[in-house]
Amino acid sequence: MVLGIISYGVYIPRYRIRVGEIARVWGDGDDISENLNVFEKSVPDLDEDAITIAVEAARNALARADVDPARIGAIYAGSESHPYAVKPTGTIVGQAIGSSTSFTAADFEFACKAGTAAIQACLGLVGSHLIDIGLAIGSDVSQGAPGDMLEYTAAAGGAAYLIGSDNLAAEIESFYSFTTDTPDFWRREGMPYPEHGGRFTGEPAYFKHVTSAARGLMERLGTKPEDYDYAVFHQPNGKFPIRVARKLGFTREQIAPGLVVPMIGNTYSGSCLIGLAATLDVARPGERIFVTSFGSGAGSDAFSIRVTDRIDDIRAGAPSVREYIKDAEYLDYAMYAKHKGKLRI
Amino acid sequence: MTTHAPRFWRSIPQRYNLKGTHCKRCDEYYFPPRNLCPNCRRGADLEEHTFKGTGTVITCTTIYSATEDFERMTPYHLAIIQLDEGPKVTGQIVSCPDGVKMGMRVRPVFRILGKEGERGIIYYGTKFAPMPKDEEKGPTKDSADCSGIL
Repeated sequence: MVLGIISYGVYIPRYRIRVGEIARVWGDGDDISENLNVFEKSVPDLDEDAITIAVEAARNALARADVDPARIGAIYAGSESHPYAVKPTGTIVGQAIGSSTSFTAADFEFACKAGTAAIQACLGLVGSHLIDIGLAIGSDVSQGAPGDMLEYTAAAGGAAYLIGSDNLAAEIESFYSFTTDTPDFWRREGMPYPEHGGRFTGEPAYFKHVTSAARGLMERLGTKPEDYDYAVFHQPNGKFPIRVARKLGFTREQIAPGLVVPMIGNTYSGSCLIGLAATLDVARPGERIFVTSFGSGAGSDAFSIRVTDRIDDIRAGAPSVREYIKDAEYLDYAMYAKHKGKLRI
Repeated sequence: MTTHAPRFWRSIPQRYNLKGTHCKRCDEYYFPPRNLCPNCRRGADLEEHTFKGTGTVITCTTIYSATEDFERMTPYHLAIIQLDEGPKVTGQIVSCPDGVKMGMRVRPVFRILGKEGERGIIYYGTKFAPMPKDEEKGPTKDSADCSGIL
């Protein structure tokens, strides 16, 4: 049984703040954009959160392939900024996309990789014939404390994937996960902003987990980087995915279509999935995509994907990632603080 | 704490997906939904109808002084929108930094409508945003800026 992606949709809020504007407020150097390879980041509107972003992305996924929402048997929403601590995001998404009431739902949380964990859960249910289609979402309005390094990259956005076994736009050939107990980044219950281990988030966390999952999958499949046309890695900043690609033997050309972090920042649970969507926006039938997410705490999910002929039929059915990136309205730091609720009235 | 959850819960189909009604006999559309067609009365033949949500701004205003729940949102735009099927609805226009104009074409977007403070439920539903330029279709009207109407 071949499993994969029936359709996909993204949503990126139209507001942006330039990294240089944040640096101006906190007195950091002008070179911070170049150092991070992040030049601007998306900012949610005053009335947007992880649920509204999830709904818009899911509606785009349904519209792109004209899928009947009643076929959806599971909605798994991954985020680290679920608006409710107790009340699932998936319940609101289901009602808003017009699904039937015969579906299971749960919220996923695994830092920045909750969305790919949701895809894996959907693959399991579809593959065991328990449901027809699963909807996996990664969406976030991520938080960075004022003045913290995270503030330069913590952005907003999301992507939704319809996982099934027929009319596939892309087949998921296999996946491989690598998980350890690594406290590189966390947020305690009730705390508004996450904490992180600074440089500890690099080698023992991001690089170790991404390379281990990627190598594990290639070993399982007997593939090499040159067997793939594109690669997407989690994008906490613009430097890490380029460095990890080089480390694994992928070229800059392979990761270029999916590298969106310099323009929109780190959309956390949406990051890797928006990168995959940007790659699907340009991929041709028969091409292969290698994807590896990363979630702090820590773990990585690697996927091997082959694009099918159907991609050309559905591509134009919803806005592309580049179209969302192009539709930008810039804010200064004061307006950004208002949008992010950093001003308490 | 008091909550308006039951009242909100009853209107979720309307707020999330603009579900109204349509009388098949006289071809009139209603939003919010009606149990009775005032045109056909006992002879009505009503069915549920999900509105596309696209429409045209009939009139608009900008709120600078809002009630407590919305004071963080100011200034924001409110408009009466004529949906393409006919009914008029009042809604907020978002993602519109250049101001709202009469005759402007709009599309539905899913947003937070309000919150019951820090601890209460969050109300979601439909607001409206300007239609992307290449999708603008519909009645053309002399545009008038609404930002000065108060």
